Amino acid sequence: MAGISIEQIADEMYQMVAESAGQKKLKSTDLTKAITSKYGDQVSKQDCKDAIKLLIDSGRCVYGYFGGSSIELPHKEGSAN
Amino acid sequence: MSDELKTPLLDELEKGPWPSFVSDLKQMAPKKRMVRDLLGQLEKSYRDKRGYWKHGGLVGVMGYGGGVIGRYSALPEEFPGVSHFHTIRVNQPSGWFYTAKALNELMDIWDAHGSGLLNMHGSTGDLVFLGTVTDELEPTFRELTAKDWDLGGSGSDMRTPSCCVGPARCQNACYDTLALTYDLTHKYQDELHRPMFNYKFKIKMSGCPNDCTAAIARSDLGIIGIWKDDIQVDQAAFAEYLDSGMNVQEYVVEKCPTKCISIEGKEIKIDNSDCVKCMHCINMLPKALRVGKERGAAIVLGGKAPIVEGALFGSMMIPFMKMDDFEELHDLIERIWEFWDEHGKNRERIGECVERVGLAAFIEGIGLEPIPQMVTQPRDNPYIFYEEYYEEE
Ligand code: SF4
Ligand code: SF4
Repeated sequence: MAGISIEQIADEMYQMVAESAGQKKLKSTDLTKAITSKYGDQVSKQDCKDAIKLLIDSGRCVYGYFGGSSIELPHKEGSAN
Repeated sequence: MSDELKTPLLDELEKGPWPSFVSDLKQMAPKKRMVRDLLGQLEKSYRDKRGYWKHGGLVGVMGYGGGVIGRYSALPEEFPGVSHFHTIRVNQPSGWFYTAKALNELMDIWDAHGSGLLNMHGSTGDLVFLGTVTDELEPTFRELTAKDWDLGGSGSDMRTPSCCVGPARCQNACYDTLALTYDLTHKYQDELHRPMFNYKFKIKMSGCPNDCTAAIARSDLGIIGIWKDDIQVDQAAFAEYLDSGMNVQEYVVEKCPTKCISIEGKEIKIDNSDCVKCMHCINMLPKALRVGKERGAAIVLGGKAPIVEGALFGSMMIPFMKMDDFEELHDLIERIWEFWDEHGKNRERIGECVERVGLAAFIEGIGLEPIPQMVTQPRDNPYIFYEEYYEEE
């Protein structure tokens, strides 16, 4: 699709997660909405799902849970201490 | 158990005729430090009238966003055994049928990697392993998957679909609840393991309106077996009920909510056009009455227990859907998710979303035709406003 690869989407999503780390917890839907509003018809929701899958399966991001599921950078256990 | 740990308040829960989880915990406490400290923390909670758990965080297994619920003690110095006390949800088999071999496998895994405590089953339907530490999550998961088990859902994902025993053991089943649960679990693996929704989404399957899974009240999408034609009657068996001295008039006829049953001589007559399929007569006279032959399921949407907002009952979306294959249902589920994705807010269940946008707008949004059977609760008025009807007046 018009030259935007899943890897590129994943990189952009990673950037968003990294930039908001410690300030705002981003959910799958936040990342998908940000990407689809930026690229419009050039990316589909499925592309976004695939990109999130890539981020999670590669270990670059992990899922977290604080009242809702979010996508975060891997770090030490949040609630432990 | 050792003399040091005194639990006078918990001991109260062992009194009376019922089985007590406290007795179970005490049995395990000498073998597991975790269980001993669980008793200690629980006693302190009862004494201080406050909970000492902290939830959430970043626990899980690689690639999955659901299935593990992080739990930590707020008093790790006092109760080090429960400094971590994570829960693992194991995807249960449809209808909760296990072989003894399977149960032994599960118990062995959990004895080796966790507290040994479990809950069969949680309200989501999963088999719940209660209490382990972060370092044991991956090894537990590896052993489970090596034996063909998988984790269930948690967080903002599709929760583990669950069903009643259906046709495996119950003559009332109007469709194969077990097959549908198996089908949805497999078809929606991503939705189950990779939280991608605004909030949780529960699907429950009941084979008939007795609704043994409480789908109408406890699931976002309830799939409840129903029949379209007449209740099947065995008049000879009915006569036997009368001959046995059962007060059919009082216990069945007068309790039919639409008063559509009568007795003529030794025969039962049912005006099926008025029957609302409440199941009462069939439950009372199982040898004489059976659900009809033209079977399928009614689909209700938006039920939930009170969490962020109050409790909701599911609203009728589709009064009858054939369940021979599940493609029509898949299509409906995906349209519902699409709508929720577009219009839902963070931590808003589908029922709350529908309440906010309006039922009529919702059914239009997912491409359903309005019909009079769409009601917000049993025996209620339709929620559709028929403009043409009013224009003609
Ligand atoms: S819901 Fe109906 S079919 Fe399922 S177990 Fe209960 S009575 Fe049987
Ligand atoms: S199922 Fe309920 S409504 Fe229908 S005939 Fe029996 S008692 Fe009456």
